[in-house]
Amino acid sequence: MKKRTLRIYYISFILVLLSLLFFMFIKTFNDNLLFYRSPSQITNSEFPDNYVFRVGGVVLDGSLIKSKDTMNVKFVITDYEQNLDITYTGILPDLFREGQGVVIRGKLGDDGVFYAEEVLAKHDETYMPPEVLDSLKNNKEALNKTTESMKIYK
Amino acid sequence: MIAYIGFFLILLAFLNALILISSKPLLSKVMPDYGSVILSSSKLLFPLILFSFISLIISFLTNDFSLKYVSSNSNSLLPYYYKISATWAGHEGSMLLWCLVLSFWTFMASVYSKDLDTDFRLKFLSIMGLLNIGFLAFLIFTSNPFEKNLSIPIDGRDLNPLLQDFGLIVHPPMLYMGYVGLSVVFSFAVTCLLKNDFKPEWAKWIRPWALMSWSFLTLGIALGSWWAYYELGWGGWWFWDPVENASFMPWLITTALIHSLITCEQKSMFKNWTILLSIIAFSLSLLGTFLVRSGILTSVHSFANDPARGAFILLFLAIITGSALILYLKNSPKMNDKTSFNFFSKESFFLINNILLVTATFTILLGTMYPLVLDILGLEKISVGVPYYNSVFLPLMIPLVFLAGYIPILFLSKKVKSHGQSKYFFISFIIIVLISLLGHSLFDVYNLSIFIGFFLFAWITLNLIYDFISKLISTGSIRFFFKNIGMFMAHLGLALFVIGATVVENNKTEKEVIMNLSEKLDVGGYSFEFVDINENMGPNYSSVIGHFRVYINNEFITDMYPEKRLYNSSEMPMTEAGIDPGFKRDLYITLGTMIDQDKWSVRIYHKPLIRFIWIGAIMMALGAILSVLMKRRNIKVVN
Repeated sequence: MKKRTLRIYYISFILVLLSLLFFMFIKTFNDNLLFYRSPSQITNSEFPDNYVFRVGGVVLDGSLIKSKDTMNVKFVITDYEQNLDITYTGILPDLFREGQGVVIRGKLGDDGVFYAEEVLAKHDETYMPPEVLDSLKNNKEALNKTTESMKIYK
Repeated sequence: MIAYIGFFLILLAFLNALILISSKPLLSKVMPDYGSVILSSSKLLFPLILFSFISLIISFLTNDFSLKYVSSNSNSLLPYYYKISATWAGHEGSMLLWCLVLSFWTFMASVYSKDLDTDFRLKFLSIMGLLNIGFLAFLIFTSNPFEKNLSIPIDGRDLNPLLQDFGLIVHPPMLYMGYVGLSVVFSFAVTCLLKNDFKPEWAKWIRPWALMSWSFLTLGIALGSWWAYYELGWGGWWFWDPVENASFMPWLITTALIHSLITCEQKSMFKNWTILLSIIAFSLSLLGTFLVRSGILTSVHSFANDPARGAFILLFLAIITGSALILYLKNSPKMNDKTSFNFFSKESFFLINNILLVTATFTILLGTMYPLVLDILGLEKISVGVPYYNSVFLPLMIPLVFLAGYIPILFLSKKVKSHGQSKYFFISFIIIVLISLLGHSLFDVYNLSIFIGFFLFAWITLNLIYDFISKLISTGSIRFFFKNIGMFMAHLGLALFVIGATVVENNKTEKEVIMNLSEKLDVGGYSFEFVDINENMGPNYSSVIGHFRVYINNEFITDMYPEKRLYNSSEMPMTEAGIDPGFKRDLYITLGTMIDQDKWSVRIYHKPLIRFIWIGAIMMALGAILSVLMKRRNIKVVN
């Protein structure tokens, strides 16, 4: 009898521990998911304040403004339906160019400006990140424009 | 001309592989000696594909731009060594390399399987042949490297500048040797299932193959990490990028396999489990190929983007893994190996080792595949952040590394009790804590992670020494040392890796600043002076090279030259980091962009003990090779 109660305690302890670990695991997983949005998908109400997610689009021609004495940069990305202002502090990747597709991780500010923490551009001159390509697909004109602007740089 | 020969050889190899697999069902009735057909055709595959591979190399060296693959991956200005390595830089060529490596392992399996039962051996080689057919078909029908251009371009598009590097010459061949070596383990496990034959000896036979593949995988992954470190210009050594994960998952499973094979061999336990691990290990390396080659991932590695290729590999993966798993469910050995299970035994610690490794693999698999599945279903585009991996993977690894130090003591557990050696154990524990505190204090910060890192390092190292000494006393000879030297070395490598990884991640300094000429900046106790910046011309690029002087306490140490290149043919900029490598630390500088005349944004990093990461990995790989060599010598001695 005593042995049996002990075993029940033992098994229930392990079960509780395992479910606790599983719960923590799922929570960590959920907390670290980064969602992707294109500029026209962004709405102010979707995510809570200071929520980190990723946006992607084509860097608008002539939009890049570099500061003369700090590492601040400002530029605009577009999916040819909606534009989004980006500010970033730091060194841009080698392949960052106007007319190139980029993916950016960061937060959306109250002022509608996206504060970037990381800017990714691909190491291939003809490359367009798949996410960006997808969000451009529903707009054939936009896709043509993009491929043209990429040809100029090739 | 040479290209036609190359393609013809591939077709011959395909035909040869067809003969290899069909000789059993077709010839066994009419020809009693059909076995010799299987044996010779399994050996012939390798030379056929090797000569085809050489002819592709020659096409690169002779600038044969009539070939699509050559014209899109090479350029007449490319130095000859990069022309050679460009052979496996793109999709088609790397698949040819894959086939070459597979035929090499088939060749080795054919040569070194004389001691197997004849029928078993022929079945085993036929399964290897089946894998060859799959990949040769993939090569011929979807990714032919000898495809002609419709119109011959004057010059090639050039090799991606990122790949014009020593890393490319060695990283893919090593990694493929590891990936594909697992096919031997897989085929063997499947043959066991087919024949319903699970003698404990097979564990002994399979272990060297698993160890060799593991060794190559370790080297391949370490080379990839080192390459990313100096070439990508971010100074990181691991990014949890899906492609890295794709190579890391088979590595973890093979690590589990190597340990469970020991129990299998010595105690005839975990047979079921070991067979399953063998199947999963190769399936994960196929999955890795699928992820990298289908172009569905955003990564440095995804060059090709052809859905047909992805579909082919996915189908192949489904057939191979699916049929192996069905066979496993049908024929796996009955669970009659239930013996008394003492918790403080080698077996139970190997079991925990396996559970931890498989759980770790699962968490990585989830993080890698979940975003892909959601994307394919069209539900959501997400990615899994790096913090997920760190907070899930690391807690699993701490007990695992702890176990790596505990096992040598367990070998002696009975003797330890009877000789009253537990007091030595207690003393060594105190020494370990002291070493950890001492090591920790070297880095001037109070950091729990660094303490844990040093603790695990001291724990493994001292246990190995303790194990060595007590074995020396109890056996009175040093022979056991040579028998176990591989294990000693691999575990010591793990200890060094752990110390490198924890120290660099918790004590690095990274600064991203704007510097004027002749300005000084302090990073990690070093003073960096931006001296000069000059223009320069390379063979196929132009560049600017910065000049930095490094001081410590106003004493000059070294010059560093970070570079920014612009490649002629592709107009592609590339950052070449200036690195001053050292045993104790690396200094790392990259040029950002020119802000103004004489004013640049730069990254300056101080990375303590980062070399330990790769030294540790090399030691692990060498340990595995030594383990194979020593085992072979021992077998010969016994005979």
